[in-house]
Amino acid sequence: MIDMRNTTLKMCTLAFVLCCSSCGGIHNALNPSGPQAHNLSRLWWLMFIVCSAVFVIVMIAVFLSLRNRTGDSQATPQIEPPREQERKRSNVVVTAVTITVVILFVFLIASFSAGRSMTAGLEHKNGLTVEITGHQWWWEVRYPDASANNIFTTANEIHIPIGVPVTFSLKGGDVIHSFWVPNLAGKKDLIPGKINTMWLQADKPGVYRGQCAEYCGLQHARMALWIVAEPQEQFNAWRQSQTGTSIPPSSDSQKRGQQVFLTSTCVMCHAINGTPAGSNIGPNLTHVASRNMIAAATLVNTREHLAQWIRDSQTFKPGNKMPQNNLSDADLNSLVDYLQSLK
Amino acid sequence: MFKKTSGRRQCFAALRVCVKIFIPCLLLFVACKREQRQFTQPPSTFKSYDVTMSDIHPGSPGLPQPVQNPSDQRAFDTNEGKRLFTQYNCSGCHFNGGGGIGPPLMDEKWIYGENPENIYSTIVEGRPNGMPSFRYKIPDNQVRELVAYVRSMSGQLRKDVAPTRNDDMNAHRSEERTKRETPQRSGPPPQ
Repeated sequence: MIDMRNTTLKMCTLAFVLCCSSCGGIHNALNPSGPQAHNLSRLWWLMFIVCSAVFVIVMIAVFLSLRNRTGDSQATPQIEPPREQERKRSNVVVTAVTITVVILFVFLIASFSAGRSMTAGLEHKNGLTVEITGHQWWWEVRYPDASANNIFTTANEIHIPIGVPVTFSLKGGDVIHSFWVPNLAGKKDLIPGKINTMWLQADKPGVYRGQCAEYCGLQHARMALWIVAEPQEQFNAWRQSQTGTSIPPSSDSQKRGQQVFLTSTCVMCHAINGTPAGSNIGPNLTHVASRNMIAAATLVNTREHLAQWIRDSQTFKPGNKMPQNNLSDADLNSLVDYLQSLK
Repeated sequence: MFKKTSGRRQCFAALRVCVKIFIPCLLLFVACKREQRQFTQPPSTFKSYDVTMSDIHPGSPGLPQPVQNPSDQRAFDTNEGKRLFTQYNCSGCHFNGGGGIGPPLMDEKWIYGENPENIYSTIVEGRPNGMPSFRYKIPDNQVRELVAYVRSMSGQLRKDVAPTRNDDMNAHRSEERTKRETPQRSGPPPQ
């Protein structure tokens, strides 16, 4: 008996801890960090609380009716129950149906207005615009600018200033993907041949995780992104560091690495601005060393991961479009030296 | 007597229903065998020295050694070839197979041979008058996928292996519905 009570206690504690763990986090719609996400989480809590109350009331009603049953199952059923009792019962049913209809209408209006607020005033948001293209299985991120010198392309890591609405223009490169950063906004699909627009705003500085939310093939689960929200000055500094050409190699090993890059299979898909490599099939690597993660937020951007990813990316993300490489160890070492110098 | 016949008739009816339902159901099992996708690079089956550049031989030419391209048998590979054909900018010169700067690939004429090993060496070694050499630039398995796709453009592959659809609006039919051309050797184009 004591054992049993202990286990129940442990289970309850575990459930409580699990519930608490869902309240924080960088990938959590219930931890809103912007106006869009606040609207959605309010809607979620409204529905959760009302539905929980309804559930509890229904369970109490079931419990009461079970307790108050007559108990005599052999008795002949009444063809015409007493009129007084019948009226009482029909009143209960009518009241319950009315409450249900009212609740559903409240939900309808709440959901409609939350949905409207997602796109409301989109044309008036004159802040920053970021263009996102979904690829199997990574995100191409482009920051357009009036001056051509300041346009740059990066991948899987989006920096935004806090407190400013940022417009996202979403395109599908191959199949349908869906852009979803739960802490900041709802989902929006990236459809080939169509441009979808949404906006979001981060109120607190921090790193938020995003994820493709529309099944897009074998590595859909490993198609994530990071949104780095930072104060305006830090954002401007980052933006400045991303424009322009890449840092030229300085050491001998880095120079050798650049030669390896330009003469092997890398150059067929990747671009490094300031070198002859200009393809746009894979992520742009001009400032690859400045990113925190590689492979669509699958691996932390360390020397070991970079080398392993180049040697055989198929062990991390089977089916991804980057082929295996049989570079010699010395060449691979130089290549990683070079890539790590691209701050 | 009457009862017995009726029972037998019912038996036959039941059997007919069984046949009507079960045989189509059994046919569905055919779809269960899915083509295995291979993401790691298998060792190469081609060697560029299998292909000779000259028609002149001391003595008689070596016995022809038919080379099989494993990608010719896999739908996944031909579709990957189709993707790479655009991404590696083959379409920059050959367009969607109709030719332009480079020769057409969807007709019956083959300047340097229609066999997988010929196309392989064309891609890897390049050819005079404009075809670049993609040696060290395209991994071996991707070259084989491209070879399979190039052959599918003139209907040389099985219909269930050739790509079935285009991602964009193409003027021509998908490779699956391309009529099979009978390959003919043609000399290099006039200068």
